[in-house]
Amino acid sequence: MATIKELSKREDLLSGGHRLCAGCGASIAVRQVLLGANAPVVAGSATGCLEVSTTAFPFTAWKTPFIHNAFENAAATISGVEAAYQALKRKGKIDKDVKFVAFGGDGGTYDIGLQSLSGAMERGHDMVYVCYDNEAYMNTGIQRSGATPFGAATTTSPAGKVRAGKPQQRKDLTQVIAAHNIPYVAQASVSHWKDLIEKAEKAFAVEGPAFLNVLAPCPRGWRIKSDETIEIAKIAVQTGFWPLYEVEDGEWKLNFKPKELKPIVDFLKPQGRFAHLFKPGNEHLLEEYQEQVNKNWAQLKKRCGVE
Amino acid sequence: MAKAATKLNAPAKKPKVKAITVAMTGNAGCALAMKQINPDVVAAYPITPQTTIVEEFATYVANGAVDTEYVNVESEHSAMSACIGASAAGARVMTTTSSQGLALMWEELSIASAMRLPIVMHNVNRALSGPINIHCDHSDSMGARDMGWVQMFGETAQEAYDNTIIAIRVAEHEKVLLPVMIMHDGFITSHAIDRFDVLEDDVVKKFVGEYEPKQALLNIDDPKTFGPFAMPAYYFEQRRQLREALDGAKDIVLKVSKEYGKLTGRSYGLFEEYRLDDAHIAIVVMGSTAGTAKYVVDQARAKGIKVGLLKLRLFRPFPAAEIAEALSHLKAVAVMDRADSIGALGGPVYMEVKAALYNSKKRPHVQGYVYGLGGRDTGPDQIETVIDDLKKIARGTEAPREQVTFLGVKG
Ligand SMILES: Cc1ncc(C[n+]2csc(CCOP(=O)(O)OP(=O)(O)O)c2C)c(N)n1
Ligand code: SF4
Ligand SMILES: [Mg+2]
Repeated sequence: MATIKELSKREDLLSGGHRLCAGCGASIAVRQVLLGANAPVVAGSATGCLEVSTTAFPFTAWKTPFIHNAFENAAATISGVEAAYQALKRKGKIDKDVKFVAFGGDGGTYDIGLQSLSGAMERGHDMVYVCYDNEAYMNTGIQRSGATPFGAATTTSPAGKVRAGKPQQRKDLTQVIAAHNIPYVAQASVSHWKDLIEKAEKAFAVEGPAFLNVLAPCPRGWRIKSDETIEIAKIAVQTGFWPLYEVEDGEWKLNFKPKELKPIVDFLKPQGRFAHLFKPGNEHLLEEYQEQVNKNWAQLKKRCGVE
Repeated sequence: MAKAATKLNAPAKKPKVKAITVAMTGNAGCALAMKQINPDVVAAYPITPQTTIVEEFATYVANGAVDTEYVNVESEHSAMSACIGASAAGARVMTTTSSQGLALMWEELSIASAMRLPIVMHNVNRALSGPINIHCDHSDSMGARDMGWVQMFGETAQEAYDNTIIAIRVAEHEKVLLPVMIMHDGFITSHAIDRFDVLEDDVVKKFVGEYEPKQALLNIDDPKTFGPFAMPAYYFEQRRQLREALDGAKDIVLKVSKEYGKLTGRSYGLFEEYRLDDAHIAIVVMGSTAGTAKYVVDQARAKGIKVGLLKLRLFRPFPAAEIAEALSHLKAVAVMDRADSIGALGGPVYMEVKAALYNSKKRPHVQGYVYGLGGRDTGPDQIETVIDDLKKIARGTEAPREQVTFLGVKG
């Protein structure tokens, strides 16, 4: 891992002046991941907040070659770029070592882009796929996705008289991708920058596909203040809501092991999207929430061989 | 105006290069052309009746006959997505599909053309579902007619082979830089073994040359953003540029085809005129049915009926002015479409031919026919009824029909 001094000398490949909201987790995730590449890199992005806010023609915030194609195909698109690189390298038309990374929101990754991602991972392209997970379709106005957690109110899973936000649990995508048996899979958070950049370095270093799922809070959608992004991401890790772990060549490793998890309400309470869970009569939902987190945490510890 | 047509009855010129006569299916011919082109990247997904192209190409890859990076994607959407990524990266890229596969790519087709990526794709014509049907009609490629792609239709395996090689040069021409879709008829041309001439590998290699894009993702030292977000202040101009590029592709198709003709002795234009000069009536048709129609035209000519044929090769860009010039001297024209434009006046070719003639001082009556949907056989008998109709209209013994006529449909 590069030292902070070394990192400070690396060029930021996503410049400021983009149009993401203040406090947006997405650009933090992207900049940290790109610091980990430390080599020429071609980046791509799915349609979503990141893409529309960084490429408004005739401007671009990308200082590295960048391609946006559509919503569900960032993985397939970058897999094509990587295939071109392999072919042109073989033909001697290019001699540099180049890295490839695709970014997608949770909608573009867990939902509409899952097939494209699964295919690219299975084919073994030498690329990194990064999901910046803000737990809803933010670009189109905070609609629920497969990554939206239980109980979160979104514009398509609002809290009402008979519904308490999203009725389903979120999909565990990191484990789904781990089941592809690719060289490197990890879950990270913008709050733990050292862990995230280390994981990005590993992801770029392995030969073959790597996947990073990065928690990237959205102040707009989570109903928090724009200076609370990092804090809430940290609490997500400390409560066991978003464990930090990695799967390296099939070896599961928990990267953050608190003696005791903070209660899940510490994560839920500060966020407006969960406000309805704290109304009288919904106590059982909070209990259910805690039980689910405990169960997931116990399962993950078992997989990682941690007691 | 450039001389648009080639006449089949004009004697074939002597080729400059050696011709190797083969007997193979149209799909095998396309796969062979792909092997000879040796593209950098092929990303494709199987679907009948195109599958044998990707299978044969996979065999070339497995035997080391090509240097291609062959991406076995998990869907046609990803096939076109990967092609877009690879082409933007700076590679020469080809793919192939049919019907539902093309439909699944639909979202990506307009992105490929808007990014001005010279991807060359075979679409082996097959009817769109539903009901699901694997046989030929042109409904798949017609659904993609407004997507900014050059679209060329071939009648025979020979044309499918030749068009593949020509398409590379058209797509990559700096005045075009657009994707090209090449069609031939599913099963009829794709799976029937035909006798035709192919070129030696080196000749093809030399003809297509090297692809050297000016802008590419892999020009690492000159970073560019591909596929940005364009608001109303910029989108419209970009679309106009796309139209201008596609309109301009007409001249490039002619130019490249002429060069290819000098080499091989096989010349192609925007369309082929068959016994049209002194004709009073004529049929316009695309694809393999043109072969059957030429036979019927010959028979009618033997009986003294002055009928001709225009076989359209280039559908996009549509050579409207050239077609108007070729047909305006006629009394009646039948346009045969192997696709319906449901809810519109008639089939797509019919509407465009009719529109092309509207502003001509002298113009024939144009009557539309839809034939052969879902692989329904179109024999000489059906085309004879078309000629009978045209004769009556030309003589004035029958009023022209405004609505489209279905040929060979039951009940
Ligand atoms: C095929 C298709 N369906 C729907 C959309 C509309 N759309 C654009 S972005 C988006 C949501 C993006 O959500 P996510 O991937 O989570 O990224 P975020 O905006 O949250 O960063 C949707 C639904 C689209 N562009 N394309
Ligand atoms: S809406 Fe959320 S995800 Fe989108 S730019 Fe704003 S903070 Fe970022
Ligand atoms: Mg999102």
